[in-house]
Amino acid sequence: MSWLISSSIGRKLMMSISGLFLILFLIFHMSMNLVMVFSMEAYDMICEFLGANWYAIVGTLVLAAGFIVHIIYATVLTLQNRKARGGNHYAVANKTSAEWSSKNMYVLGLAVFLFLCLHMYQFWFQMQFKELLHIEGAVVQGSAIVVPLFQQPLFVAIYLLAFAALWFHLTHGFWSALHTVGWNNTVWIGRLKTLSYIVATLIFIGFAIIPIYIYFCYSAVA
Amino acid sequence: MDKNINIKVKIWRQRGPKEKGFFETYSLENISQGSSFLEMLDILNEKLINEGKEPVVFDHDCREGICGMCSLYINGHPHGPDEDVTTCQLHMRKFHDGETITVEPWRSAGFPVIRDLMVNRSAFDEIMQAGGYVSVNTGGVPDANSTPIPKNKAEMAMDAAACIGCGACVATCKNGSAMLFVSAKVSQLALLPQGRIEAARRAKAMVAKMDELGFGNCTNTGACEVECPKNISITNIARLNREFLSAKLKD
Repeated sequence: MSWLISSSIGRKLMMSISGLFLILFLIFHMSMNLVMVFSMEAYDMICEFLGANWYAIVGTLVLAAGFIVHIIYATVLTLQNRKARGGNHYAVANKTSAEWSSKNMYVLGLAVFLFLCLHMYQFWFQMQFKELLHIEGAVVQGSAIVVPLFQQPLFVAIYLLAFAALWFHLTHGFWSALHTVGWNNTVWIGRLKTLSYIVATLIFIGFAIIPIYIYFCYSAVA
Repeated sequence: MDKNINIKVKIWRQRGPKEKGFFETYSLENISQGSSFLEMLDILNEKLINEGKEPVVFDHDCREGICGMCSLYINGHPHGPDEDVTTCQLHMRKFHDGETITVEPWRSAGFPVIRDLMVNRSAFDEIMQAGGYVSVNTGGVPDANSTPIPKNKAEMAMDAAACIGCGACVATCKNGSAMLFVSAKVSQLALLPQGRIEAARRAKAMVAKMDELGFGNCTNTGACEVECPKNISITNIARLNREFLSAKLKD
């Protein structure tokens, strides 16, 4: 299996599989968020269910592995590609029209990663981590964090910006991942690129609804 | 209507692979828009020789777009601003009076500069030698259609075989990847029954050689297919991925 590290297509395959796995996670995460729109109590039940239980911990570890593989491979591939490009740069910048997102995947990924650090601190650290290590002040009810957080316009803006970066990342990432596993031909390439925009947009809307809903509507209800 | 134009050409000069390169700008008067880009460079070199200066070194051979020898990165595009042509088929009517045209060599770690605008593309030959062929005992000439090939497969193989190996894909790729070239060379044989026999070995050998020579990892930006003078599609890259992965999984 050393070809998954030593060969370029092997490395791309790891990028692709981990990326598709993370997309599945995003859809899973988004579905649970959307419960908030219907019932805060139900959302808190889900948070409790995914606390410091063995299955939630196993899930967290598998997910962390997915992120680590994706990030490490992305860094290695980017460094290798910079080296392959060579030190000499064109005097007239490359004018070839290629999708902006496809040329900036690492930067977009970095933006998502920085957001992830903030997000993990604001939620996961306060909830599962503290509960696991029996640190004082572990929060069980997700709503106790979400509602005050999204009543601050600054965090609503930060979260929406991160979702926008994620949208760009996914518009290229989704079809590119399927292209890498070989699922493409002259007919499917158009379909997959369109599907990529649909998937990215659905994920963007699904996540963006929560901060917007809480900022504009929830305070009025509560 | 074609007319005569006055232009400036800003050309990369580099005396050798290890030397430091620099740009030099030359003025040319009364260049016919009906002349080709390489003819314009011929005129420039004639002028330089008459002035006792070193002519500009650039690659060229057939000058009809089929040999893959010409290169040149002109005004931010490999093979210049025209669509689906090689540099030798590019005409001066694509440029206007008073324009400054920037001419650079392919810039990629896989293609080191030999001199001025000429780069060493023998890496492509090495990749071909690693597996871009069929080893068959040909025997006598077979009857036509004795090996049936579906029409669409024959056409896709022919489209892939249009690759002339000029290296524009590598030159434009932000990753310095040679995947479009390798995928075209793998596809043209993988699609035909004669090439199927060695398909697995070929895909593995050519990809291994490509990686060994230091070409980058493809990230599917699609810039290569935009600049390819022969319109090679990136769906060939998906086919190469498929061929390579299924070959590895069968090991």
